[in-house]
Amino acid sequence: MLSLWRKIRRTGRVAEPPPPLPEGERPERAALLGGSVQIRHVDAGSCNGCEIEIGSAFGPVHDGERYGARLVASPRHADALLVTGVVTRNMAEPLRRTFDAVPAPKLVVAVGDCARNCGVFAGAYGVAGAVRDVVPVDVEIHGCPPRPEAIVEGLRKLTGR
Amino acid sequence: MSALGVVGGVVQPVLIVAGSPLLVGLMRQVRARLEGRAGAGVAQPWRDLRKLLRKERITPRGTSEVFRFAPLVLVATTLVVAVVVPFVATESAVDPVADLFAVVALLALGAVALALAGLDTGTAFGGMGASREMTILALVEPTLLVAIFALSVRVGSTNLGAIVSSTLHDPARVISPVSLLAAVALIVVIVAETGRIPVDNPSTHLELTMVHEAMVLEYAGPDLALVELASAMRLSVFLGLLANLFAPWGIATEATPLAVLIGVLALVVKVGVLGGLLAAGEVFVAKLRLFRVPELLAGSSLLALLAVAASFFLA
Amino acid sequence: MNLAATGMAAVVAIGLVTALLAAVVPARSAVVGVGTAVTGAAAVVAGAAALAGGSFSVVLPEVLPLSGVALTLDPLGGLFVAVTGGVAVAAGIYAMSYVDSLDLRTRGVQVALPLFVVAMALVPAAANVSTLLVCWELMALASLVLVVAEHRRGPRVASAGRWYAVMTHLGFVSVLIGLMVFVAHAPDDSFAALREAGGRLSPAVAGVVFVATLAGFTSKAGIVPLHAWLPRAHPEAPSHVSALMSAAMVNLGVYGVVRVGVDLLGGGTAWWWLLVLALGAVSAVYGILQAAMSSDLKRLLGQSTTENMGLVLVGIGAAGLFASSGEHTLAALALTAALLHVVGHAAFKTLLFLAAGSVLHATGSRDLDALGGLRPVMPVTTAAFGLGALAASALPPGTAFVSEWLLLQALIHGLPAGGVAAAIAMPVAVAAVALTAGLAVATFVKAFGVGFLAKPRSGAAADAHESPFTMLAGMGVAAVVCVVLALWPAGVLPAVQAAAGGAAVSGDVTLRLSQATGALSPLLLTLGLLAAVVVVAGVVRAAVARRARREARLWDCGGGPMSARMEYTATSFAEPLQRVFDDVVQPELDVDVSHHQESRYLVQAVEYRRKVPDRIERRLYEPVLNAITAWGGAGRRLASGSVHRYLGYGFYVVCGALILLAVTR
Repeated sequence: MLSLWRKIRRTGRVAEPPPPLPEGERPERAALLGGSVQIRHVDAGSCNGCEIEIGSAFGPVHDGERYGARLVASPRHADALLVTGVVTRNMAEPLRRTFDAVPAPKLVVAVGDCARNCGVFAGAYGVAGAVRDVVPVDVEIHGCPPRPEAIVEGLRKLTGR
Repeated sequence: MSALGVVGGVVQPVLIVAGSPLLVGLMRQVRARLEGRAGAGVAQPWRDLRKLLRKERITPRGTSEVFRFAPLVLVATTLVVAVVVPFVATESAVDPVADLFAVVALLALGAVALALAGLDTGTAFGGMGASREMTILALVEPTLLVAIFALSVRVGSTNLGAIVSSTLHDPARVISPVSLLAAVALIVVIVAETGRIPVDNPSTHLELTMVHEAMVLEYAGPDLALVELASAMRLSVFLGLLANLFAPWGIATEATPLAVLIGVLALVVKVGVLGGLLAAGEVFVAKLRLFRVPELLAGSSLLALLAVAASFFLA
Repeated sequence: MNLAATGMAAVVAIGLVTALLAAVVPARSAVVGVGTAVTGAAAVVAGAAALAGGSFSVVLPEVLPLSGVALTLDPLGGLFVAVTGGVAVAAGIYAMSYVDSLDLRTRGVQVALPLFVVAMALVPAAANVSTLLVCWELMALASLVLVVAEHRRGPRVASAGRWYAVMTHLGFVSVLIGLMVFVAHAPDDSFAALREAGGRLSPAVAGVVFVATLAGFTSKAGIVPLHAWLPRAHPEAPSHVSALMSAAMVNLGVYGVVRVGVDLLGGGTAWWWLLVLALGAVSAVYGILQAAMSSDLKRLLGQSTTENMGLVLVGIGAAGLFASSGEHTLAALALTAALLHVVGHAAFKTLLFLAAGSVLHATGSRDLDALGGLRPVMPVTTAAFGLGALAASALPPGTAFVSEWLLLQALIHGLPAGGVAAAIAMPVAVAAVALTAGLAVATFVKAFGVGFLAKPRSGAAADAHESPFTMLAGMGVAAVVCVVLALWPAGVLPAVQAAAGGAAVSGDVTLRLSQATGALSPLLLTLGLLAAVVVVAGVVRAAVARRARREARLWDCGGGPMSARMEYTATSFAEPLQRVFDDVVQPELDVDVSHHQESRYLVQAVEYRRKVPDRIERRLYEPVLNAITAWGGAGRRLASGSVHRYLGYGFYVVCGALILLAVTR
């Protein structure tokens, strides 16, 4: 316990100073949320590359939470869905249902090139399409996988902080 | 009903309702800083609540009134406790309700309402959360009541006003073995009742390790806001109780504006410090397995029994 | 003749007439229902009159041989008569249509019901030992007939009847022995003579009398370790009879302990009451633990009766302990708490059993794992059971909360008063009461949440329908009493204190302890809670955006629709508790894995069975029963059928007797 305390003292703050607020238009409904965005992550058929980046977007260095975004356990608690990967045939219906379970106003963020336009999996036999083919998408985040900074930037478009 | 009681009865609920989300925010901030993060700011829980109130209400299919009324009952029980317990002023607005047993039972009633709501959804997680919550509640009860017993023996009453006033007049009691043992037992109880680490992890996303969260997975929008507000209020009510049972200094004994202001500040500082310590402590321990929790609780009830024995044999 | 005497006369007359009519009139069930209810009402009047101070006493030497029938009604007896009457009113109204629906219309069963009520009302009014014993036995026999009423339903009913018959008669023998020893030291068997002789008994004799009667009376009250019959007989009896047995009959065991221990023997010594306290605490925890594991609705309620009687005994034990150390106000407080709990338990247990009967009537099942989803189809029964569950779980605003609060106050204030024995007993008792309260909450959340809410777990539960009006009315009577007791206990406190023989609590809206600080106002608490609900609802309504409530499918993780099989059952709800109390309850688990024919690596089916046996029964009763069976087997070898051997036995016995005589002379 003492060694943990020493480690905490030695490490200090690892969060990087926040970059300036991203340019570009914010989705209209994001303003209704008033700086608090609860996020439910849905893996619609990802290779888990995006998941690792999401994990580090909420890690100490990038600290997505400081902008008012938080991952939650149930779509009922969520304001936004963070969808990764191409939408596979098996996940199309669950994704629709998850979207339906979120109380309005709700937003969808497509994370990664697969979610945006199927990426390298375009045309594969098990792919139902990109995220926007299944549910309406408000924000798209580029990259394969996107850098944590890009994810944080996308989330800040929702929180406005 | 004295003037002081009325002042307390008005100031306390306002303070608790306004302050408890900030307490949660403070605790998250402390935790964030210890983890090297920047944190979302102390006011973040209030932003969350404001947003939840603006959202859509959802009634899951197949649920009954129990599901819809449970958040109301949960907040109402905590609100009544906030009104009657001497947090800011030594006298209670409704003295015959300011009994330690009544307060404890009221808080348990809130937990029961939520557990029934969890069962009412008919989901596996709802039932699982309810089952675990009730198990922990049943095991916490002996420790809680025996600790209360230890505290009330020396005063000869379970009335909270009487206990607080008596400690105020005889500060030497605070460092007696009775008080220390009972305090340790009560801290364990509070950790268990408010669902903090190591009994429950309030920020877990893994359903299988959930206790409190599992019961509320179906709530959305304003209903969820009530549940979140109530759990924050329960946390501050329990910490406030702990603070005032063992260190009531600063509490208002007369109905002057200055005394009440000092009472408010003292409560804010005490609860804030306790919350900060609790959050810091959480960084150092891991969550216990559910079936290790009874061992923790049994240990604490042993301490409570020792406290009672001490109150008799060392008196 | 005063009101109490008239009332008791009415009880006997109406009860007997009802029984007679039941034997001859074709439309029996309505007659018996009304007659039982009226008998109960008369008993309430008689009891209330006695509590108000109108005692009476009458001796009818001709009715019974030897010392005749002697009846009297003092406040203590009056309380129990009134409670019995109240339960009978609700059960009688309920029985009118409940009996129609099940095959309970046989003449014998119908005759037994009013007789049972009359016998229960007469037990607390008995003024000598022979009357007490005769009424006690009449009560036992009438209830036995009622327990086995539905014997066609299966062997379990018959087995329950056998257990009940044996245990109740062993209890009777124990009471008989105790009272006979007592009477041997008194001029005659009237209670007045016994009361006078009670103070002069040597400690050894008084101890023997107390322990023997305690064993008998606690077996009636379902106290551990003589509780084994209770979770068998109460669930198997028809539900209105379960209510009568669980809410009224068990009380008479408590009555016996108070009457003999406190009244006739005059208090006795501390160890008696420590024994009572210990029995009470163990019963309370053990009873509720068994109930928490149970998934049979009526069995659960029966086990909760053991728990509640345990709590009552904790109060009585504490009262005796305080009285033996001279703390009479505290003793009165503890006894008041115990008797108030008797009254409250009678109200909510009646309500719960009648509601469980309504469920049984509608679904044909009392297995919680097959119930659920009853709220939309049986709203009144659900509300009734919910109210009863709240009352039983010692939460405000519930009925048991007030009496448990008083009990805890008595225990807390008793610590400095009772010396070292109290210093050890009181904290342990508080811990036991607290654990009991916590487990009771879990138990009743399980019973209500699993049994009535969410989705139906079987076709029978889905097709349930609300019960007929008279059954609902019977529940309504009990529900109203529960609410009154919860909100305004001061309404019955004077009566309870008259029975307890001392005023330790005063006040109308707020209950205040005399000679100790402590106050509680259940009414203000409830009003405060209601006000808070209204305020919160108003604030939320004002603050919330005007959006319509949307109905959505349950969050099923996006998968297929959830079926009732995915719900938590009563068994799974109790699983964590069962694991925590593994060492106490020692559940029996059976996992059968059957493999595929082709390969042992492929599992075809897994079967899981869990049974929570009664551990005390296993450890205490089974060896005794086995020994009796073994003796019987050994005895059979003596009876070989040979006349020569039998003549030989006679010869040996005569010789032996002669030798014995010769030696002792």
